[in-house]
Amino acid sequence: MVIEKTAMAGTLESSDAQVTVSPADALEIVIESSVINQYGRQIKATVEETLDRLGVTTGLVSVVDKGALDCTLKARVECAVFRSCDASMSNIPWGGAIQ
Amino acid sequence: MINAVGRDIPDYLLENGKEVYQGRFAKDGQVLKRDAPTCVMNEKPVADKLCASIREACEKCGAHDGMTISFHHAFRNGDYTASMVCKVLVEEMGIKDLRVAATSLGDAHNLLADYIEQGIIVQVQASGVRGRIGDVISAGKLKEPAIIRSHGGRPRALMAGELHIDIAFLAAASCDKVGNASGNGGKNNCGSMGYAIPDSKYADRVVVLTDTLAPFPNVPASIKCEDVDCVVVVDEIGDPKRIGTKEARVTQDPRNLMMAERAADIIACTPWFVDGFSYQTGAGGPSLAVTRFLEERMDAKQIKMGVAFGGITGNMCDLQDRGYVRKIVDTQDFDTKAIAHLHDCPDHVEMTVSDYANPANKGAYVNYLDYMILAALEVDTKFHVNVITGSDGVVRGAPGGHPDTAAGSKCCIIVTPLVRGRMPTICKDVTTVTTPGECVDVVVTDYGTAVNPARQDIIDCMDAAGIPHVSIEWLQEKAYSIVGEPDPLQWEDKVVAIVEARDGSILDVIRQVKPYTFE
Amino acid sequence: MAKITRPKPNKDRLRRTMMFMNAQRPGLIKDAYIYGCDSIMLDLEDAVAVNQKDAARFSLYHALTTIDYGDTEVIVRINGTDTEYWQEDVRVCVAGGADGIRIPKCETAAQVQEVEAAVEAAEKEFGVEVGRTLLMAALESPLGIMNAYEICTASDRMLGCAISGGDFRTSMHVQIEPDGIEINTARAMMLLAARAAGVQCLDTMYPNLDDEEGYRQEVDLIVRMGFDGKSLINPKQIAYVHERLAPTPKQIAHSEKIVRSCREQADAGVGVYVVDGKMVDPPFFKEAERIIELAKKCGVYHGDL
Repeated sequence: MVIEKTAMAGTLESSDAQVTVSPADALEIVIESSVINQYGRQIKATVEETLDRLGVTTGLVSVVDKGALDCTLKARVECAVFRSCDASMSNIPWGGAIQ
Repeated sequence: MINAVGRDIPDYLLENGKEVYQGRFAKDGQVLKRDAPTCVMNEKPVADKLCASIREACEKCGAHDGMTISFHHAFRNGDYTASMVCKVLVEEMGIKDLRVAATSLGDAHNLLADYIEQGIIVQVQASGVRGRIGDVISAGKLKEPAIIRSHGGRPRALMAGELHIDIAFLAAASCDKVGNASGNGGKNNCGSMGYAIPDSKYADRVVVLTDTLAPFPNVPASIKCEDVDCVVVVDEIGDPKRIGTKEARVTQDPRNLMMAERAADIIACTPWFVDGFSYQTGAGGPSLAVTRFLEERMDAKQIKMGVAFGGITGNMCDLQDRGYVRKIVDTQDFDTKAIAHLHDCPDHVEMTVSDYANPANKGAYVNYLDYMILAALEVDTKFHVNVITGSDGVVRGAPGGHPDTAAGSKCCIIVTPLVRGRMPTICKDVTTVTTPGECVDVVVTDYGTAVNPARQDIIDCMDAAGIPHVSIEWLQEKAYSIVGEPDPLQWEDKVVAIVEARDGSILDVIRQVKPYTFE
Repeated sequence: MAKITRPKPNKDRLRRTMMFMNAQRPGLIKDAYIYGCDSIMLDLEDAVAVNQKDAARFSLYHALTTIDYGDTEVIVRINGTDTEYWQEDVRVCVAGGADGIRIPKCETAAQVQEVEAAVEAAEKEFGVEVGRTLLMAALESPLGIMNAYEICTASDRMLGCAISGGDFRTSMHVQIEPDGIEINTARAMMLLAARAAGVQCLDTMYPNLDDEEGYRQEVDLIVRMGFDGKSLINPKQIAYVHERLAPTPKQIAHSEKIVRSCREQADAGVGVYVVDGKMVDPPFFKEAERIIELAKKCGVYHGDL
C-alpha cells in the first residue's frame, strides 16, 4: 500500500499507542515509548513487520507508544495506513495482509 | 563480590569494613556500641531559642562546607523546609559540598536536584528518592553514590555512627520558643513525627522550623526541648494540599479488589489470624483494599486486630472507630483524617521509626508483626522485590519500610498486578534488589498467587482452605507470554547509588543508565 | 506470537454472566477473562464512537487472534443492521474466530436471517467451518419482545436472546424502577419465547454500579424468574450472579437422591418411580438431573453421579 495522506490511529492512553503516517519519499520510522529501554527493539520489529505485510515501502511512520502490547501496535499501524488510503471502513483483508 | 542475593558488588565499595549482604539475620545477636552526638551545654537562664532567620540558625549551629544535614518527610510532597534551608545555605551563605541525609526525598525537592546538577550537593542518603532528584542521581550527577536505606536501616546507621548528622532541620506543625515540637496544633499539621525523632536524638545540632509558635510548653511534644538548639518561625512550613491528601477512597478498581480479596482469604486461613493479631499495610490501592476485606473475616471469626502500625490512612482509623482495631501505632500519616485521628484518639499513638523498624535495637515493632501487605514494582522468580528502580532503570521509588517489615513479619504478602501496561511485574530478575526474596512469603497477582517454597506451612494452610496457587515461574512465564520478554537494560559502569540492607551490608548497587539507542 | 485458535463454540454452555467490554480499549480487552465471567462481550456498537469503528475492528481482530481467553466465551456485539457498519463487523468477527455475534436492536426473524447470510458468506470467505459462529439477539423494543419466538427460532445458530433495558424502557416511556415493574412483562414474555424455542435467555445489565442492594434485588428477581444469566458492565457484579445461580447444597442433595433412586429403579425395571414414599413424575426426574448437571458446571458438585 502507498500512504496517500496523513492519517492517525490510536490514543495516548496507557496500554495504547498513537500512530501517525504521512507520505514521504523513503520509509522512516520514528518511535517514542514509555517502555523503550526494555521493549524498543521489539516495538520497532513489530512496526516494521506490520508495514512489510501491508507492502508499505515509503512514508513517515511515527509511533508514540504508551506500553501497548504487540497486538495493539499492529492494530494501530494497520488502521493508520488503511485510513491514509481511505480504505479502512470495509473489505479489509482479515487474515491476509492483516494478521 | 557476589552477595547472598546474587548481586555483584564492586570491591572498591567494600573498603572501610563495608560488607556484602549475607542473609536476612546475619547480624542477629551482634553487639553494637551506639554512636552519640555532641551537645553544647546550656546552663544559663535564657528567654528562648528563637532565631530571626534560617540563616541565623545555620550560623549559630556552625554550618560549614562538607557538612551533613538532614530533613524528615512527614510533610511529604507539601514539604517546604528542605528547599528553604538548602536555598539559604547555598545562595545566602555559599556553603559547598553539602551532604543531604533526608528520611525521604521527592517531588517537593526539585531545587535540590538543581544543586546536585551544579555539584553543590555532593551526596544524598535517603530512604526514598522520587521525582527529578531520582533522574539526576541516575544520570550520574552526584560526586559520590547515593545511599538508599530502609526506614529501619536509617536509624541503625545513625546508631552505628555510619551516618553522622551535623545539623538536622526538622519541620514541625507547632513548636514553642524552646523547641518542644509537635506534628499537630499548627496551621499545617502532619500528624506523626516518627521519622524526625531519631534525627533529633542523633544529630549534633537540631533546628526546628515551624509556622505556628505555640505557647510554652508545647506538650505533649514529639521532639523535646532538650534535643533542640534553635527554633525558627517561617511563614509557611508546607503546602497543606500536598501534605496529607484527602482521605483516599478505597479503590473501586475491580482488579485491585479481586487481588485484595484473595490476600484477605490467605490471611484468614493462616494460624496467626487470631484475636489480637498485628497487621500493617502499604498505602497503595490494592494493599489498602485488603483491610476492607479483613473486616468480614474478623466478624466471621469473632476476633479483633490487636495493633495496626506503620504509615496510617483514614480507613484504618475508621476501622478502629468501628471497634475492629485496639491500637494504632503510627510512624506517618497519609491523609487528613489520620492526622486528626492521631491527635484525637487515645488508642492511636505516635512511634518513632527506630521503635518501628530498626534492626539495631532490642526488638523493633516489625519483629512482632503477624501480617504485612506490600506492593512491588517487580518481583522475580527468586522472590526478590524491587521497589526503587523503574523499568527504565531510573531511581524513582522508596524501599521505605518494605525490607524491614518483610524481614520481621510472620507472613509477608505482596499484592501486585502481573503486568503494568507492557511491563512485567513478575520477572526473571529484578532490576534492583530492595527486599531479599527470603523475606517474601506470598505474591498475589491478578492471574494467580505464588507462595515462596520455603513457606510450606503457608502452602499447607492454603491447600487446606482450597485456595489455589501456582509457582512463581508460572507467573513469570505468563507475564512474558503477554508482554514479551524484556530486553536487558543498558548500564554504564558508574555506580550512582548503593542499596543498603537493613543491617548495613550492601544489598545491591544501581548504575548510571545508558541512553537508549536502537543500535 | 502464535495465533490463537478458539475451540468450537457450544450453544448450550453455561452463560450466567456476560460482561460488556469496549473493543476499542486495549487496556480492557487484554485480559477481561481473569475475573471469571462465563462470557465476555466485546462491543463494536454503542461503546465505540462513529469515527472509531474502523480502529475498533483492527483492535478486535488482533485481540481475538492473539489473546488466550481460555474457557471464557467471546461474543461480539456488532452494529445494528440499519447501519453501514455491521457487514464489516461480521467479517472481522468470523475471520477472528469469535464464538458468537450479538445482534443489537433485533425486531424480526428477517434481521437474524440477514445476519446469518452474511456470517455464512464470511465463513466461506475466511475458510471457517460453516455453522461455527453462533448468534444471539438483543431485544430492545416492544416489537422485538412481541417477535421473540420467531427471532429465537430464525436460525440454528441462535444460542439465545437478551433483553436490553435501556432502549426498551425508552420505547415504553418508563424509567428504571426498583421492583422492575416497568420491564417484568417483557422479561416474562421473552423467557417464555426462549424456553419455547429451546434457547437461553439473559437479563439486561444493571446500570447503577454503586447500588449494591438494588443490584442484588434485581439478580434475585431474575434468578427466581428463571433466567439463565445476566449482562454485566463491571467485574464486581460477577460473584453474586454465580452465587445465586448455583444450586444450593440442599437442592443438590435432594436431586442426587432422586437421580440415584430413579436410576436404580429404572435398572430394576420399575416403571413408576417412588422416592421416600412419594411418586416421582418423569419431569421431576429430568429436573433433578438438570440440577446435578448445573451444579457440575458451576463447580459446586463434589459427588460421583
